Amino acid sequence: MKKNPIVSLDHVSFQYEGHEQYALNNVTFDIYEGEWLAIVGHNGSGKSTMAKLLNGLQFPQQGEITVCGIPLNETSIWDIRRRIGMVFQNPDNQFVGTTVEDDVAFGLENYGVPREEMVQRVQDSLHKVKMDQLLHQEPHHLSGGQKQRVAIAGVMALRPSIIILDEATSMLDPRGRAEVLDSIRTLKSEKSLTVISITHDLEEAAKADRIIVMNKGKVFQEGTPDVIFAMDEQLIQLGLDIPFSVKMAKALGKQGIKLSKYYLSEEELVTELWTYRSHM
Amino acid sequence: MMENMLFGRYVPAESLLHRMDPRSKLLIIFFFVCIIFIANNGITYAFIAIYTFIMLTMSRIPARFLYKGLKPVIWLVIFTFLLQLFFTQQGTLLYRLGPVKIYEEGLKQGLFISLRFLFLILMTSLLTLTTTPIEITDGLESLLNPLKKVRFPVHEMALMMSIALRFIPTLMEETDKIMKAQMARGVEFSSGPLKERIKAVVPLLIPLFVSAFKRAEELAVAMEARGYRGGEGRTKYRQLSWKTADSLQLLVLIALTVLLMLFRS
Ligand SMILES: Nc1ncnc2c1ncn2[C@@H]1O[C@H](COP(=O)(O)OP(=O)(O)O)[C@@H](O)[C@H]1O
Ligand SMILES: [Mg+2]
Repeated sequence: MKKNPIVSLDHVSFQYEGHEQYALNNVTFDIYEGEWLAIVGHNGSGKSTMAKLLNGLQFPQQGEITVCGIPLNETSIWDIRRRIGMVFQNPDNQFVGTTVEDDVAFGLENYGVPREEMVQRVQDSLHKVKMDQLLHQEPHHLSGGQKQRVAIAGVMALRPSIIILDEATSMLDPRGRAEVLDSIRTLKSEKSLTVISITHDLEEAAKADRIIVMNKGKVFQEGTPDVIFAMDEQLIQLGLDIPFSVKMAKALGKQGIKLSKYYLSEEELVTELWTYRSHM
Repeated sequence: MMENMLFGRYVPAESLLHRMDPRSKLLIIFFFVCIIFIANNGITYAFIAIYTFIMLTMSRIPARFLYKGLKPVIWLVIFTFLLQLFFTQQGTLLYRLGPVKIYEEGLKQGLFISLRFLFLILMTSLLTLTTTPIEITDGLESLLNPLKKVRFPVHEMALMMSIALRFIPTLMEETDKIMKAQMARGVEFSSGPLKERIKAVVPLLIPLFVSAFKRAEELAVAMEARGYRGGEGRTKYRQLSWKTADSLQLLVLIALTVLLMLFRS
């Protein structure tokens, strides 16, 4: 994988007004072009705050943030917000338009995109998330997963380089969650999209290229899923629970059954187990 | 239910009126409200009646929807009629029963005023029946656009209206959910003494307000993240298109005005 930093945080600290504790405390790391980065951490560890800093919804008290080579400041935020799309947790509270198409068009309207181009882009991005059949639908007739896909389409219509999902699947049922993640995967494979996924779901994080673990406003650990899940006891102490398949693999390892790699998804685990004897 | 009370009830149908530009419909209603006061005799009222009737037929709205719209105000219409009938004492005496005297002028005034009322209600409900609330918002925004010069926040108002429209169903659903949750805890909303019922509304309103504020805050952040920074430099996705039919409809209304001027006494 290419290792071009597309976002860098350099000794960034942030404190909410009237709070003594730093929500982010001296955070430094890079995000690379085209990677899928998962950010995990307990509630209040500063994940959402970091997302808000990345597109200028808040400004750090100390440190520098650079996005796509542009230093983030009051004047560059509009340019940067166009490059970083954000999908939030609550499907209802980010749906601005009265219908699906209006909502996707909202961001385009803000950037003064000419109407003919808007129509085209709205169509295209809804097609990509498989929502083009429901162009005129009103939000209260949509499922949570459908609303989140519309939100993704709204972000993608602006053709960003980076998309941040701030627990975007946490309010969805398993099916909605799968739909949303599938859409993101498809988009990522078609474009050179960088995905930053803030999540509680370690199963989802396990599929990322890299994981950053946050704790009390600091980066606690970063590495590939293998590396991160190897520190299982520590993760549990940080209030995170490792996926079942990982626990299973560990338990099997203790019994002397060594699997091909440390982390496996549930399907991979099942396949590995039923073909185990033929590998011996 | 609340949606109906606030914004009329849009009834989808395939008709010329449904396809018309909301701006022309708003203008027509505005002028209609003005010119109806020109009518002052039988023949001019007949013109207005014919015009209203043609518009109603053209809308292809089933009569029961019109009736539903009229029901809450029909008593007011009848009351106005009776008031004029009994208390105007001019012209020839038509009928007398004890202290009750009915004069020709009273009958005429009563009929005219209540008819005027009726036509106004019919025409305005025709607007909300054939135009979606968001179209009305777009139409208003476009018509009021010149007011931007005097710093009237036209874009902000339109955005406010459209967000309100967007969130009404969401908040209704939420109200319903909270009500059920409170009912499961033994709160009675629909029976018991009035004082108790008013008290029961408090645990409904507080969570609803708290959640509405939270929604507003999150929505504002989401809007900003998507590059919203006021109306300046914004383009519009929803488009209004003024067609020949719109111009013709306005012409018809001008013709009606001329007729009314000619035939009024
Ligand atoms: N709008 C806010 N105002 C004040 N404090 C906040 C606000 N949002 C978050 N915080 C505080 O900042 C810290 C980090 O929160 P947040 O970034 O939301 O964490 P996470 O998303 O990881 O759960 C928490 O201690 C939280 O209480
Ligand atoms: Mg959060």
